[in-house]
Amino acid sequence: MPMIIGLIVLVVIGLVFFMQSTDKSAKKAGDSAEPIVIPTHNWSSQVVMAYVIGGIFEANGNNVKYVPADSQAVYESIRIGDVTISHEVWESAFGKSFTTALDKGGILDWGDHEARTLEDMGYPDWVAAKCPGLPDWTALKNPDCAKNFVTPDSGGKGRMLEGPQTWHGDLIPQRIDALGLGDLWVVKFAGSADALWAELAAAKKEDRGTIIFNWTPNFTDGAGFTFIKFPPYTAGCRPEDGGDGKCGSPDGYLKKAVNADFPKTHPGAADIFKKMSFSTGQIGAMAALVDLDKMTHEDAAKKWLADNESVWKAWMN
Amino acid sequence: MELLKKYPKLFQWLFLLIVFFALCFAIDVPETYKFIRGQAEFIKDPNQSTYILFGKEVRYYAFDNFWRLPPLLGWLPIWINDGLFFLLNEWMPMEFWDSATQEYKTRPLVLQISRNITAFMTFLIELIREILLGGVETIVAFTSWNFVSAYPWAKLPGLPWTIVAAGAAILAYKLSGKGLAIFAALVMIYISVFGQWKPSMQTLSFILVAAPLSFIFGLSLGVMAYKSKRVEKALYPILLVMQTMPQYAVLVPAMVLFGIGDHAAVIITMVVAIPPMILLTLIGLRGVSPEVIEAGKMSGCSNWQLLTEVLIPTARRDILIGVNQVIMVCFSMAVISAFIGAKGLGWNLLLALNQLNIGLALEAGLCISLIAILLDKMSLAWANKQTDYFGNLTFYQRYKNTIFFGGAVLIGAILAIFGSFFFKEGFNYLYEVPHNKGISTADFWNKGVDWIFDTFFVYIKAFNTWLITEVLQPMRALYLRMPAVATLVLVVGAGYIIGGIRSAFTVGGLTLFIALSPWWDRALVTTYMATFGVIISCTIGFIVGTLCQQNKYTTNFMLGVCDIFQTFPSFVYLIPVMMLFGVTDTSVLIAVIVYATIPATRYTIEGLRSVPAALHDAATMSGVTKLQRLFKIEFPLAFPHMMLGLNQTIVFALFMVIIGAFIGTEDLGQYILKALSDKAGGGKGLVLGICVAFIGLIFDNLIRTWVEKRKKHLGID
Repeated sequence: MPMIIGLIVLVVIGLVFFMQSTDKSAKKAGDSAEPIVIPTHNWSSQVVMAYVIGGIFEANGNNVKYVPADSQAVYESIRIGDVTISHEVWESAFGKSFTTALDKGGILDWGDHEARTLEDMGYPDWVAAKCPGLPDWTALKNPDCAKNFVTPDSGGKGRMLEGPQTWHGDLIPQRIDALGLGDLWVVKFAGSADALWAELAAAKKEDRGTIIFNWTPNFTDGAGFTFIKFPPYTAGCRPEDGGDGKCGSPDGYLKKAVNADFPKTHPGAADIFKKMSFSTGQIGAMAALVDLDKMTHEDAAKKWLADNESVWKAWMN
Repeated sequence: MELLKKYPKLFQWLFLLIVFFALCFAIDVPETYKFIRGQAEFIKDPNQSTYILFGKEVRYYAFDNFWRLPPLLGWLPIWINDGLFFLLNEWMPMEFWDSATQEYKTRPLVLQISRNITAFMTFLIELIREILLGGVETIVAFTSWNFVSAYPWAKLPGLPWTIVAAGAAILAYKLSGKGLAIFAALVMIYISVFGQWKPSMQTLSFILVAAPLSFIFGLSLGVMAYKSKRVEKALYPILLVMQTMPQYAVLVPAMVLFGIGDHAAVIITMVVAIPPMILLTLIGLRGVSPEVIEAGKMSGCSNWQLLTEVLIPTARRDILIGVNQVIMVCFSMAVISAFIGAKGLGWNLLLALNQLNIGLALEAGLCISLIAILLDKMSLAWANKQTDYFGNLTFYQRYKNTIFFGGAVLIGAILAIFGSFFFKEGFNYLYEVPHNKGISTADFWNKGVDWIFDTFFVYIKAFNTWLITEVLQPMRALYLRMPAVATLVLVVGAGYIIGGIRSAFTVGGLTLFIALSPWWDRALVTTYMATFGVIISCTIGFIVGTLCQQNKYTTNFMLGVCDIFQTFPSFVYLIPVMMLFGVTDTSVLIAVIVYATIPATRYTIEGLRSVPAALHDAATMSGVTKLQRLFKIEFPLAFPHMMLGLNQTIVFALFMVIIGAFIGTEDLGQYILKALSDKAGGGKGLVLGICVAFIGLIFDNLIRTWVEKRKKHLGID
């Protein structure tokens, strides 16, 4: 049993030192040397931007650490303090998780990026010919249009591929029914973003019609992607807010969020992070470095930092 | 009457089916009935009925009670959620001094404890990781971040890949010999040359923590269960449920309790890996014959000595199978745990898939399989190794391997230093081949998928349309058409006919739990996909297994293929399948069939192998042909064993149907996926997982009972 005894000894030693290590009261003036924990999610622009922001912090003399995290659950982690910042809070997809966490306390709204976001149903540009009248939503009322989007399991109706149910629940099916398109169209939930991109690639090869859920800024912007123009969004028009659901998605914010202790522990970094503001073009360029130029996320971040030194140096003053 | 006496079971089955169909036809589909596609059960709607229990409001669509039972257990997930939330956020708040902000902070006790446990886990993981890759966290654990920032030299350097590769090969040589040493070296070189070194070592570092811990906990719990009836009784139901629970469902509560990161990955891996270890320890210890124990006692063993010197060595065979299972499970969790923050191959694989880079994902997936097989073989060799006691060895003979390893460290270090002069542009290939700077065959595989797509697309599409409209959709509709009462009667009746009143109660209870949960419709869809997958998998597995078993070499080849596919992350083939068959049930089912055929094949081969050779000879001497022998002797005798394979096939199929949620399904899996992102998802994820586990257990109970009876009847075992 020497192995078990050895392990017990190791546990004890580990615990003793862990207890010691929590005593880091020697706080210097300025930023703490504790690492800033930056979450990475599973889409390219976010990961690259995480490394870009990490690089900026490092240039400022901070320590950084990256942790893969789920994009919805991350706000709870920030609240508890497992993660320090979030740099892409999309209004339509994560607004609800974010505001819930905000109400519970422990997380701070740290300002908006310059980029505006749109998340809605749309189609790659080459599909336009299959449904004359797009991008106006009334074109969808035409049965001849719907029949170009039929799939084997759609029961003869046109099929729209919505993202995972996690993202906005029943919003799109409710909208389709509210607009009276329910007889011609059916909404299918994909299981992941991968499923959306696979559908996009497959539809292109096959040259068939497809309407999918997508967002901008995204790597698809480059190849041409148009969002359907639904009736404009007004506050309270969604069923969950008591409205009739006959409206599209809002022109949304892209926010930054931080753990409530961050400004106290890292005042310098927090100040820089507050000033950070990326534009749609910059975010698109980051995503394109990975998705189109096939660079790794780290390399893309390095290249972006090298190419845009004037941009981020300005935030550091 | 003659017939009835001769085949009583047959008539019982017939009677059961008649009652079942009579019920199906007698109960009409209510007009308001509609399969709930979205999350309507969480939305307020005037058509819904409500009840309040334990202060929790449960909303649901009421139907005739024969058609769908009301969700009387609907409060359970909400209640678990609130309980968890209370435990983590409100129970026993305590004041803690936060040195970073220089103020006191209230933190609930459980949160603080769970964070302390995780800090320790993180320490272990980082220690191993930094020995392999280098870094500062270990030194930080003993000093502080300020110290590390002040002294840049204070960090572990990490081993160059040449040293680790040589070390692995020498260790393999010592444990088993040349064959394994060559395999170890090839695996390490493959990983390095393909630029997967860093993620592989990251994955390895959390597995090297999770696997030994699972082994220790599993073994000690197994011993405790062996010694005390009470512990065993308490553990048994948990073990059963955990065996059929989809790994994916464990993620949600784990994330709530332990947060995200590598430590959480270690914890869920342990949760999944410990049950089989306990079970196999228990089986092994039970198998130790009383004579052996007597002999131990007579030689004056103390309790501890009896355990370590007598019981465990004797039960070694089963404990070893347990170790093998632990390692396999750890690697099968490598990708799934990436969802809650594990770094390494799993995360890279998910990122590659997100860019539809199938080739890159394939390479990462292959690394996982290869390391798993290597570790598995090494642990087996280690356990099987006999200690040699030779007195008169020279210094060289005794410390041969240590000397070689020392030499390898020296050469590796020199090479790495030499490399740092040679490779100027920042990548020292003799130290570590950076990620994605190695060779890659990704383009080849991606082109391969494109080629398949372009060439076979027309046929695939025709087949897909036919399958969906003619087979899958009607099948799904049939399952949903079953009134809940009819399903209950069918399951209870089957339990009664197969295993008597006891079995009938067990399976009836399990079914009732699902029927009373808010997700009966979803469970039916899960069952429909699992049934279809199991039928096809078993057919393929049975035929392939039987054919391969005819020859020794094909047998070994097939078992090797099974090994690779079992550890190969299924996510990799989800994407190409999805491109070919679209976001449809077909895609999910193909993934299910690929995965579930493994146990079907394996158990067919092992079942046929287990037929005693003496019987073969006896049969041949009585002059039967090969075919006759196969059908009259081998199949009947191997059948009970093959049925256990069916059992495993069902479990595998259920796992994969749940993972199919990533393609897009409308079953329990979709809600489990949803629970993962839901802040209040802990309870839902757990109850959904239990529902899936119960589906598996219903079949498990029926098959096991039948197998036992059949074995008694055949006089084997």
